[in-house]
Amino acid sequence: MGEFKVHRVRFFNYVPSGIRCVAYNNQSNRLAVSRTDGTVEIYNLSANYFQEKFFPGHESRATEALCWANGQRLFSAGLNGEIIEYDLQALNIKYAMDAFGGPIWSMAASPNGSQLLVGCEDGSVKLFQITPDKIQFERNFDRQKSRILSLSWHPAGTHIAAGSIDYISVFDVKSGSAIHKMLVDRQYMGVSKRKCIIWGVAFLSDGTVISVDSAGKVQFWDSATGTLVKNHLIANTDVQSIAISDVSIVPQEDSFVVGTAEGTVFHFQLVSVTSNSSEKQWVRTKPFQHHTHDVRAVAHSPIALISGGTDTHLVIRPLMEKVEVKNYDAALRKITFPHRRLVSCAKKKQLLLFQFAHHLELWRLGSTVATGKNGDTLPLSKNADHLLHLKTKGPENVICSCISPCGSWIAYSTASRFFLYRLNYEHDNINLQRVSKMPAFLRSALQILFSEDSTKLFVASNQGSVHVIRLLEGSFKHLHTFQPQSGTVESMCLLAVSPDGNWLAASGTSAGVHVYNVKQLKLHCTVPAYNFPVTALAIAPNTNNLVIAHSDQQVFEYSIPDKQYTQWSRTIQKQGFHHLWLQRDTPITHISFHPKRPMHIFLHDAYMFCIIDKSLPLPNDKTLLYNPLPPTNESDIIRRRTAHAFKISKKYKPLLFMDLLDERTLVVVERPLDDIIAQLPPPIKKKKFGT
Amino acid sequence: MAALEEGFTLTAVPLGSGPDGPLGVEQSDKTDQFLVTDSGRTVILYKVSDQKPLGSWSVKQGQIITCPAVCNFQTGEYIVVHDNKVLRIWNNEDVNLDKVFKATLSAEVYRIHSIQGTEPVVLFKEGAIRGLEALLAEPQQKIETVISDEEVIKWTKFFMVFRHAVLIFITEKHGNYFAYVQKFNSRILSKYTLLLGQEEKSVTQSFSTSVHRKFISLMSLSSDGCVYETLIPVHPSDPEKNQRVVRSLLLKSVVSGNARSGVALTILDQDHVAVLGPPLSASKECLSIWNTKFQTLQTSKELPQGTSGQLWYHGENLFMLHGKFLTVIPYKCEVSSLAGALGKLKHSQDPDIHAMTHFVNWETSQGYGLGSQNSEQSKRILRRRKIEVSVQLEVPPSTQLLAAIQKDSEKHIEVELRKFLAVKRTPDFHTIIGDVVIGLLGRYKAEPSFYPRNCLMQLIQTRVLSYSLCPGLMEFALEKTDVQILQLCLQQFPDIPESVTCACLKIFLSIGDDSLQETDINMESVSDYTATIQDGEIEEQTEILQNGFSPEEDNCKNCAQELIEKPQAATEESTSCPVTGKRAALLNAILHSAYSETFLLPHLKDIPAQHITLFLQYLYFLYLKCSENATMTLPGIHPPTLNQIMDWICLLLDANFTVVVMIPEAKRLLLSLYKFVKSQISICSELNKIEVSFRELQKLNQEKTNRELYSIEVLELF
Repeated sequence: MGEFKVHRVRFFNYVPSGIRCVAYNNQSNRLAVSRTDGTVEIYNLSANYFQEKFFPGHESRATEALCWANGQRLFSAGLNGEIIEYDLQALNIKYAMDAFGGPIWSMAASPNGSQLLVGCEDGSVKLFQITPDKIQFERNFDRQKSRILSLSWHPAGTHIAAGSIDYISVFDVKSGSAIHKMLVDRQYMGVSKRKCIIWGVAFLSDGTVISVDSAGKVQFWDSATGTLVKNHLIANTDVQSIAISDVSIVPQEDSFVVGTAEGTVFHFQLVSVTSNSSEKQWVRTKPFQHHTHDVRAVAHSPIALISGGTDTHLVIRPLMEKVEVKNYDAALRKITFPHRRLVSCAKKKQLLLFQFAHHLELWRLGSTVATGKNGDTLPLSKNADHLLHLKTKGPENVICSCISPCGSWIAYSTASRFFLYRLNYEHDNINLQRVSKMPAFLRSALQILFSEDSTKLFVASNQGSVHVIRLLEGSFKHLHTFQPQSGTVESMCLLAVSPDGNWLAASGTSAGVHVYNVKQLKLHCTVPAYNFPVTALAIAPNTNNLVIAHSDQQVFEYSIPDKQYTQWSRTIQKQGFHHLWLQRDTPITHISFHPKRPMHIFLHDAYMFCIIDKSLPLPNDKTLLYNPLPPTNESDIIRRRTAHAFKISKKYKPLLFMDLLDERTLVVVERPLDDIIAQLPPPIKKKKFGT
Repeated sequence: MAALEEGFTLTAVPLGSGPDGPLGVEQSDKTDQFLVTDSGRTVILYKVSDQKPLGSWSVKQGQIITCPAVCNFQTGEYIVVHDNKVLRIWNNEDVNLDKVFKATLSAEVYRIHSIQGTEPVVLFKEGAIRGLEALLAEPQQKIETVISDEEVIKWTKFFMVFRHAVLIFITEKHGNYFAYVQKFNSRILSKYTLLLGQEEKSVTQSFSTSVHRKFISLMSLSSDGCVYETLIPVHPSDPEKNQRVVRSLLLKSVVSGNARSGVALTILDQDHVAVLGPPLSASKECLSIWNTKFQTLQTSKELPQGTSGQLWYHGENLFMLHGKFLTVIPYKCEVSSLAGALGKLKHSQDPDIHAMTHFVNWETSQGYGLGSQNSEQSKRILRRRKIEVSVQLEVPPSTQLLAAIQKDSEKHIEVELRKFLAVKRTPDFHTIIGDVVIGLLGRYKAEPSFYPRNCLMQLIQTRVLSYSLCPGLMEFALEKTDVQILQLCLQQFPDIPESVTCACLKIFLSIGDDSLQETDINMESVSDYTATIQDGEIEEQTEILQNGFSPEEDNCKNCAQELIEKPQAATEESTSCPVTGKRAALLNAILHSAYSETFLLPHLKDIPAQHITLFLQYLYFLYLKCSENATMTLPGIHPPTLNQIMDWICLLLDANFTVVVMIPEAKRLLLSLYKFVKSQISICSELNKIEVSFRELQKLNQEKTNRELYSIEVLELF
């Protein structure tokens, strides 16, 4: 298949932010995740847990609470005291509203979705009415002494429980007055701790309030009498989160999940005391240790326990008793890396641009003159150089960035500003020059792409439009804007341009891929919509075949000139992909092509990269998909027989980026998990072996 | 460890008493029932466990009770004094105190005392003492004055010392304290002046006494917050003379020095006292339990609503006034044990009898058997009414069995025993078994012809016995050289002292083969290899690989030579068992028993050298047998493990090396052991080398995978 020199890059010092909140929406089977830097991500659990949308973070917007309300509207609240609603179509913030109660620690939407409660630093609980396009302050509940850290509605919407410091209050929603105040024992293993913080509460329909607190307790309270019913001491450290199974789907709340600061997630279930008896009891059934650090947030989907925390992993643990068939849902998921590209590459100059939350880094790859055989590490004649560290302006996170193939342009965008820089290389010096006077319509971009010859810039904005800009020496000219189809407001997240510069493909999260003719500046065709979101796009040289990867691991090839799927694509759809190929659990994030071998498609996900050779027969389920062993002394005939179209290498992982620099050179960007863990705060030390 | 349990309020309504609290709380003749006399007009009888009053009696308006009601334990009647001089006696059936027996005395009564086992005594304010019977015979008799003017009785107590009643009372005059001790057997009143130390002019606020052998220990809580102890001899050398006793500091600063009131002291038992009062000047009042032996605070309980400085202790209950309520706090002092102190005592008792704990409370299990409780009650003299027999005992099989042991024939005992073992096991099964064994041994001691061997075997096989449950059993078997019982004991008992283990070993090694031949010994542990021993036809193994290491390679030429000289003999010796099968079985029982090295070593030194050599040879033989197979185990059902064998070899050599090294026949054995150790050492060093090189390889491997941040590699895809 070929021999490559591989630039193996591990200096991309990317550390994901810790997870602060998760919120599960049962209606759309989507999961909203907020991180400590304010980023909010939306995962589509029906589409193989693909991260289909994200809202960039903001330095001053620490999200403390996240909830879905009124169907599929997403709200967050944070320490800046604002309640934010997100526009899930345009992928921006719809509005932010100050609750005037100081930092907001907790938020809960009423069971019918029409009201929103927030708990504030000043001890107030505020009720907001959700109107079709905004939220409106309704009234305050009785003010409490200290901050409200957790809130939960009774499923009937008549009462709420609010966790504060050292006590839990139960409010009557109608009157807004506290009817019970349940004091929590500060004692912790016989030692009186300073304060007992109620990190989470959950109100069950039978009136039971479950609380989790900083003393490691899970407690059951009777809200009618305000008395403690049961106490489970489950950890030596804080229990930081609780989530119960959704009442709207399960007739009875029979399971909930809590997460502790030791990284353990405990599953509690309501089980019969003895078989055949009607008396039921909450029992701690399963402990899961998938985290090393604090589990800050948990969620409970009908079939899985979802947890996230400081160690940045989002863990989706299916409940085996709820999973009926052994399929994609039955596997444990650990999502660490974003499902989008953070690296771009200037092939000709051998430059890599790394995107961080608040800065960009430009590196030049090294070189070698030596040659070797498979597996050798070649001596470097020149090491990689860190050329540039570009800090962003303002508190907003970078949404996307790109470097032009010639290496002389860098563009990036935040939620409100677009930046374009011109780079001049004089020997070892770099001259960075910002292109000023950006047009007003170029305010924020979801995706940026340069044409192969670096003369055009394509910018996908969040109103569904794609701008085409011609780049000149130090200046630019707006050529055209491809407007979205009338009636759709979906923004485009992925762009691909053909190497000859004639075709531009753009894709949103759910609708089909649009192909534009750049020469004639008009829509050429639309690839039929598919059930699963697009994860990567690319147009092959010469043939102008558009290769599309979807989150269900399907790969399509669509001929742009012919406006139809290619023969190869039809064949593979007819035969089906290998079952192991379909069972991979990370999406394909990048596709590229070999300039000299038109039959080859290069693609990669986080744990493998693959060269598909369209000339070879497709593998069926009986053949070995992964063939890691190089056939040393096998005869050519056997090799030919076992050879199939998918050549997979799992040597580099976790793989964030892979591209072909030239015919015989690859660049791979790895980010070993150990390096990420090394940059996290130390986890809570646990005693082992009775020491 | 002493512990205060959760207290409870005795009276639901506040006592209608004045500020001083109740006059007294006294025990009644039934356990769990107490007479509470408030400082007004009422006496109430409470049942504490039910927290409810059983009866209440009041004197007429205008009269006032001046002395707490007591119970006459001999008759079950209650006695109270009102208006200082009027004595009333009544019982449970009486309703109105006006209509009960009344006696007007000629002098003012300070206190009536009544304790179990003697008639009540009346202490008059002038210090005279009368028995109740004598007083009632002539109520108006003249009462003499004992103490001087201005001397006031502060405190008094009545108790039994060696079956004789003793009354002690403390008087105070101008800040000086005197103790009077009246003994009723000798009618001698001794007077002691209590000397305070030089240090202070403190006021003593509370007293309590207990009896220690020949001394009455008088403890006093002083206003400086310290507890002092004064020892008053029970039998004074010169009773007539006024003697002086000095008090010594017992506990320092148990209560705050400047506590105005509400301090009290009560002795709970030999080592524990209860102190009522604020521990610090600003803090709330507390009930604390102190251990006087170790000067430690055992436990304490805060009484936030304040107390009156009165504390009574009756039958495991502490009574005190808490706020306006009379509160009872049960007090428990468990017998402390080393196991408890080390935290190894099992607290939750498993109901499963097989897992029954072998820890036994010696206080309750043996002496105070069933049926001994009644004896004292039956002696009681009744005055007006009968006492219902409260405890009815049906005869359990265990008592039947114990009775049978005392007199019946061996055959009959066996039958009884079988009957007993057939019934369901009760929680105290193991203690009964222990009692049965002790009973059997006791009878054997009385009539040496009685030898219940079968019974004992059966009892040992119940698997509930331990050495400490029947301490005499193994000594008995040793005396009889009954190796079968000894083997059984070694197999079953978890707690055999090392000295006994060693004595068994001595017997097992010295007993003659012919006497062993007759015994019936469990051969389970040796069954497999004894066959080969008996046959004697062992194929010659010219080189025994010692743990995979061949002795030929040994570079210690000197010692190797000697072995090479007679290789034939060496192999022969090492492959044939040096002891007979039965003895081997006995020795295996020793190998299996638990021991602690430090305690075993001194006893091992007493074993004669010949026996040591024999045992060593046997152990060496076992070792060689072990090393014959790959798993390093011996065949058989319950064979000794390699570790046990090795530990015993080391122990024997440690204890007896200087002796063994002098014996010529042990020389070869020692040499082979030495060679064995040497080969072990070299194997270990080789293994270490391998481990280190493996680690290096691993490190290299890690370095390969964990490369630097940037590299250019060659990859070929096929």
